[in-house]
Amino acid sequence: MANRKTSKSRVSSDKYSVLLPTYNERENLPLIVWLLVKYFGESGYDYEIIVIDDRSPDGTLEVAEQLQNIYGADKIILRPREKKLGLGTAYIHGIKHATGNFVIIMDADLSHHTLLLCACYRKQREGGFDLVSGTRYSGDGGVYGWDLRRKLISRGANFLTQVLLRPGASDLTGSFRLYKKEVLGQLVKKCVSKGYVFQMEMIVRARQLGYSIGEVPITFVDRVYGESKLGGNEIVSFLKGLLTLFATT
Amino acid sequence: MTKLLEWLLGISVVMSTWGLLTFDLLDLKLPPVYKEVAWPMPVYLLVVFGCYSLATVGYRVATFNDCNEASQELQAQIKEAKKDLQKKGLKF
Repeated sequence: MANRKTSKSRVSSDKYSVLLPTYNERENLPLIVWLLVKYFGESGYDYEIIVIDDRSPDGTLEVAEQLQNIYGADKIILRPREKKLGLGTAYIHGIKHATGNFVIIMDADLSHHTLLLCACYRKQREGGFDLVSGTRYSGDGGVYGWDLRRKLISRGANFLTQVLLRPGASDLTGSFRLYKKEVLGQLVKKCVSKGYVFQMEMIVRARQLGYSIGEVPITFVDRVYGESKLGGNEIVSFLKGLLTLFATT
Repeated sequence: MTKLLEWLLGISVVMSTWGLLTFDLLDLKLPPVYKEVAWPMPVYLLVVFGCYSLATVGYRVATFNDCNEASQELQAQIKEAKKDLQKKGLKF
């Protein structure tokens, strides 16, 4: 167990820290961890998975502890928080404990196809990018399980964003990203929004600060367990956020 | 400069040029064809932009990839993961 001699020896000194903010992901967490362990194991890169649970009432933290026992406390790191706080603060909290030089952000609900992780870090290595963003809108990227209404809203919102912000990235509300650790630190300090808009602001600020942005196509599979949210409230807050970014960046 | 300011600047430049041409503000005595072309321009550009937007969004919705394979792959992996984790002692 101590020496994992596979056919791939350590390929480099890079280490990837995966930040997984969780809230009520008891069913998904073991699956996502299993997938991450599988793909990173195959890649030969060093990694760690930092689970940031916000006191989930469904026992997510307990499941995380079981996973820690299975995979080791060097690979699964638990940094829970006292209550449900924002995504931005979860990232700040996670970075403080991350020992890797790259940080990967993704959703814990299996909506991001984990195998695309490989495309992600390969892209970063090829281009030396400061951040790599997953996109659903170009190349082979796409979605599964979306009805017409949702596709229309998504594309419409993205079009509006492209026209108003000209961000230089095709997908701003996605949350499957790879950052150099110091870049993520800088960006989180500068961003002030919450929720969806926070992810958008990260990319806009990255452009402003002159960081290089690469893209990989990703597939977004609709929530396997649990409910997805795209109601009137979300749309209104998205528009408010978009206009705020428009006026302030 | 914020995007808002860029837009305001751009719009002011366009509208002043339009005003200049349509109402002959600088008394340039240009041939009347300039006035005739300039006068409906703002509305015309808005309509063109509107059509472009509809066409682009429509096209993008129509070509939005549906990743059936990805979903199936994921389902298969979930099954595999559950089996493996149970073997390793995870209590779901």
